[in-house]
Amino acid sequence: MTQESVAVELRGIGKRFPGVIANHDVDLTIRVGTVHALIGENGAGKSTLMKILYGVQKPDDGTITINGHAVVLKTPTDAIENGVGMVFQHFMLADNLTVLENMVLGAEKLHGIGDAARTEIARISDRFGFGLEPDVLVEKLGVADRQRLEIAKVLYRGARIIILDEPTAVLVPQEVDALFANLRELKDAGNSILFISHKLDEVLDISDDITVMRRGTTVGTADPRTTTKLQLAELMVGSELPSPETEESTVTDTVQLTLDDVSLADEFGRNLLTSISLQIRRGEVLGIAGVEGNGQAELVETIMGMRIPDTGRILLGTEDVTNWHTRELREAGIGYIPEDRHRHGLLLDAPLWENRILGHQTQAPNAKGPWINRSGARKDTDRIMAEYDVRAPGIDTPARALSGGNQQKLIVGREMSGDPVLLIASHPTRGVDVGAQSAIWDHIKRARRAGLAVLLISADLDELIGLSDTIQVILRGRLVGSFEPATVTPQDLGSAMTGGAAA
Amino acid sequence: MTTTTINAPGPVSRVRNAARANWLFISLGAIALVSLVRIVTDTNDLTSPGTIRAAIIATCPILMAGLGGLWAERAGVVNIGLEGQMILGTWGAAYFTYHSGSPWIGVLGAALLGMVGGLLHAVATVTFGVDHIVSGVAVNLIGAGVTTYLAEATFTDLEGGGPRQLIGLKAPTDVTIPGVSDAALNLADKHWFFISDVASFVAAMTTRISLLSLAIFALVLLSGLLLWRTTFGLRLRSCGENPQAAETLGVNVYRYKYVAVLVSGALAGIGGGFLALVASSGFSTNQTNGRGYIGLAAMIFGNWRPGGLLAGALTFGYTDSLRLRDTHAVHSLLLLVAVALLVLVVVRLVRRQVAGAIAMAVPGVALLVWFLATDSVPRDFTSMTPYVTTLFVLALGTQRLRMPAADGKPYRKGSAG
Amino acid sequence: MRTFNLKAIGLSLVAPAIAIVVSLLVTTLVIAAVGSSPSDFWSTMFEVPKPRSRIDIINQTGMIYIAAVAAAIGFRMGLFNIGLEGQYTLASYAAAAFAGGAYLSGFANVAVTLLIAIAVGAAWSGIAGVLRTTRGVSEVISTIMLNSIAITLVGYLLNRYGVHEGNTVRTTKIDLVTGFSPYEDRDGQIWTLTIIAVLVGVGFWLLLNKTRFGFDLRASGQSDSVAKASGVNPTRMIITAMALSGGIAGLIWMPALFGKASSFGLGTSFQAGLGFLGIAVALLGRNRPLGMLFGAVLFAFLSVKSNDLTFATDVSPSIVQITQGVAVLAVVIAYEVVRRWRAQLEQRAVGQDLVTATEAPA
Repeated sequence: MTQESVAVELRGIGKRFPGVIANHDVDLTIRVGTVHALIGENGAGKSTLMKILYGVQKPDDGTITINGHAVVLKTPTDAIENGVGMVFQHFMLADNLTVLENMVLGAEKLHGIGDAARTEIARISDRFGFGLEPDVLVEKLGVADRQRLEIAKVLYRGARIIILDEPTAVLVPQEVDALFANLRELKDAGNSILFISHKLDEVLDISDDITVMRRGTTVGTADPRTTTKLQLAELMVGSELPSPETEESTVTDTVQLTLDDVSLADEFGRNLLTSISLQIRRGEVLGIAGVEGNGQAELVETIMGMRIPDTGRILLGTEDVTNWHTRELREAGIGYIPEDRHRHGLLLDAPLWENRILGHQTQAPNAKGPWINRSGARKDTDRIMAEYDVRAPGIDTPARALSGGNQQKLIVGREMSGDPVLLIASHPTRGVDVGAQSAIWDHIKRARRAGLAVLLISADLDELIGLSDTIQVILRGRLVGSFEPATVTPQDLGSAMTGGAAA
Repeated sequence: MTTTTINAPGPVSRVRNAARANWLFISLGAIALVSLVRIVTDTNDLTSPGTIRAAIIATCPILMAGLGGLWAERAGVVNIGLEGQMILGTWGAAYFTYHSGSPWIGVLGAALLGMVGGLLHAVATVTFGVDHIVSGVAVNLIGAGVTTYLAEATFTDLEGGGPRQLIGLKAPTDVTIPGVSDAALNLADKHWFFISDVASFVAAMTTRISLLSLAIFALVLLSGLLLWRTTFGLRLRSCGENPQAAETLGVNVYRYKYVAVLVSGALAGIGGGFLALVASSGFSTNQTNGRGYIGLAAMIFGNWRPGGLLAGALTFGYTDSLRLRDTHAVHSLLLLVAVALLVLVVVRLVRRQVAGAIAMAVPGVALLVWFLATDSVPRDFTSMTPYVTTLFVLALGTQRLRMPAADGKPYRKGSAG
Repeated sequence: MRTFNLKAIGLSLVAPAIAIVVSLLVTTLVIAAVGSSPSDFWSTMFEVPKPRSRIDIINQTGMIYIAAVAAAIGFRMGLFNIGLEGQYTLASYAAAAFAGGAYLSGFANVAVTLLIAIAVGAAWSGIAGVLRTTRGVSEVISTIMLNSIAITLVGYLLNRYGVHEGNTVRTTKIDLVTGFSPYEDRDGQIWTLTIIAVLVGVGFWLLLNKTRFGFDLRASGQSDSVAKASGVNPTRMIITAMALSGGIAGLIWMPALFGKASSFGLGTSFQAGLGFLGIAVALLGRNRPLGMLFGAVLFAFLSVKSNDLTFATDVSPSIVQITQGVAVLAVVIAYEVVRRWRAQLEQRAVGQDLVTATEAPA
């Protein structure tokens, strides 16, 4: 292809954060007037790459070329000046301002904030069929309208290269169709679009080129006309899956957790969980696979009593615990490894021994009646640190000073203490180093042999297949398929997770 | 999903007109209600030109404090340091008026001192990200301390001065519009239903009204225009709604927050200046007596909007002034509030909001019983009115109140994306 | 490990040190700016207090400390009880009125009076707690409103039921509880009920560090989401903490009532403003029992010693209000600066670890 037809060229982009190499050796070429899809699992490094292209973060290595000119993007303003615009997954809109106000904010010099701006908005809106009403408050708009407004905002600033971060994640199918119609019009008008997604159907439907990312780097490109969904899924998750270790099943007949037709809606009445039914027996690990944001977090919070389901029943053993509060559930023997250890698992500024108490404030060895048993908790923290290989200067160290892996080992040790009957493990090895990962896996396996029931939620297929006795796939708040880890293929999982084929 | 495509500019202007019509309707209704109660209870002092005049004087400082709060909170900074900034303003006004001989220089001095208080708050909250409430408390302590100390240090040896006061300050000019004033006073004296009440208001606004009062009303209008009709205002408000979004669009959030908090302090300072120069015969220590907080309450009552703030400040100013006039009038006020509440009950019932209706009917009936069962009301209760009203509005109207979305939340550069 | 702790202690002392230096500096500048002599001021302030002043300082420290603990209970879980002033005014009035009624005698009267003070303070702050949990009303605004309502209400009740004497009005006088005189009689007494401050301080420390409730409270203050995930019930926590804070606030003025005032009179015997001082001291002492003790002594010292200024210098005693205010603002800023600096240090340390650590998947 000739140089003129290339809108954006990224070569050798690398970006490191403390603890993580987010991007390395990333190459990407976007042709003018095309929709270019960037696909990959969560955590594959797509978000970082986009932020680099939009000037939010500076790359450590590599070059960015826009329309044939090498550029350095230090701030979003630089990106805007170079004709790059971005629509964030979490919209950057002020609810209490009108459409017009959101549109012109920061770009008042272009057309003012009055009638000229109104005319320009009407022009863009009519040209691409956005149907924007300038004087409506943004809070009154639905998700799809907000997204159109975001795209219009980008166009208003004269962008010719538009980045869309998982634009379909928040849309219902009909809205997706409307969005794609908009995107085709934009493309026909000569704009270039970088479309980030992990929904393979949509990618094949809309894109002209596809680039796949895995573990921080670009692992290949594909032509949507000749590629199948299965091939894409394989590229995304990697072709080699570990064969599950041939451990003997320890699944017993005693049911430890039962969810019976559990549904949960948000404050606007949208369903977060729909008719979830599952059972976990003692000695069983039930793995939940799914693209993030499909109801996993809500499922966990519902079981943990942080949300109360609208319908259905939850049984712990034979006891109905549907309306129990978190503390009662924890006292009844549920261990909880939260997805986000900083938001739900640790008091970062508190010492390790206080973090040992957290979540088990009412239980031995942490408490005696209404009193905190300081020496008991401290002694037990020593035990956990030794048994779970938590590397820290001592039990008085604040949790913040530990590496992610050691923080996670502490949490695992804490939640495994006191003989839990059920463990809810949400991404138990996310962001931890390889050593800690295998240690945590070993601990879960050992507890399972001892009769623990485990609900395992993970985005890591190695982990799911390696640990689970059964894998269920969650999609849009529903359980859509059940697989045997021994026989499942990545293609099966990939297509079930992305809503490809019914399993 | 069906997209409603309405290309005509119709709906919006219709919405705006409806809102305006609503306001007009409510205002007319309120006047009629007051008038009715005045006639039923035979308390002409309820809306005499003298009462309204006192009400306007009581309103102005509250209005300035509230407007200061509006500026800061619209940019996302909660400013409970208004009280301290206002107190600083009382000293500034007295000091500069005394030494320059001009009350207008005094008003500038009040603004300047208030702005110093605002600067402290801005440095703490914007630059250093200190909790807004904590910083506000500290600013109040400093404001009160500085004023008390400066007054003792600078006023003790002056003519008309003392360690805690400075009287005999030159006040801003009063103006009277000759023809209108007399006609309105005349009409007001007739005690006719509705007409005399309106005439009282006109009379108060045209007879010996301080130029500073007029300037303050003008500042409210000006602030409304600046904040809602200009690029500057849009950017400032965006910092209070979603600073991250503003940042991604190239707005310098820190700068706008600084400007807003400085203006906020200056306005509160002018409010304090009004207290020293117009509302009383001179400066005295601790003159503000919580008016900074009432201003804050008026702003919340007014739903963070200038029009609502004006209504809130007038309501609070009116009750405040009535307290100082006639005990009989205060008693009539009970009936007024009771009837007003019961009217709202009917409105809610019509809209089938039963819970809300009951919540209002209870105090309404209670007040009515109180009115019927007694002959007079202790004056203390009227001074509670602003606070009790605000609590009620907050407790019953949380869904309708809309504070800026990022109000009071710490913001740091580079947190977008 | 040990070096880490030393460093932590050092860092935590940096902020108050900066704050005190800044506030002394500002005070000096203000005095110089109005043409008085800063050196006169400092020599008077730092003179060794006379016996009478020492006793005053102890008595004032007690009340300020109770107020600070009341504020700190809220602050430690991220609740801003700005309404101490109203809570202790109303509670003090109610207590004084009850005690004056002399329904009981001797020790029983004192004990029940204290209970009434606690109950009234707790009920008043509880309103803010209930409004927050049921209606989502910010406790900052509601407690500010409740402050003014309480003070007006007390004014009314006092006028209505109090004893009128010339221009003043007060509650019925009660018998004082004899205090402790370390010096001569004319130097005054350390009030017996200053012991409340000691009890409240020890109780606060115990509650915070030794009980499950205290653990939950601190966890809520550090992170709402972590606390909730650990099983803390936010609604119950907010109401309890708010009521506890108000209950302690109710005790603020009790040492003075039984020690010296003997009746409640607005603008006369009743000492207003302790609530705001308590908030200031809580901020200064970082809501820690010992830190607040230090802050309370400092504030009491400044307030009491400033009375000497009138005789010895031409500097007005109210200068110490500036010192106090600046100290609070400076300390909160300094803490924030130190916190950011620390976070940077930590990040750098973690960054260095990483160079050697294994590569983790993104």
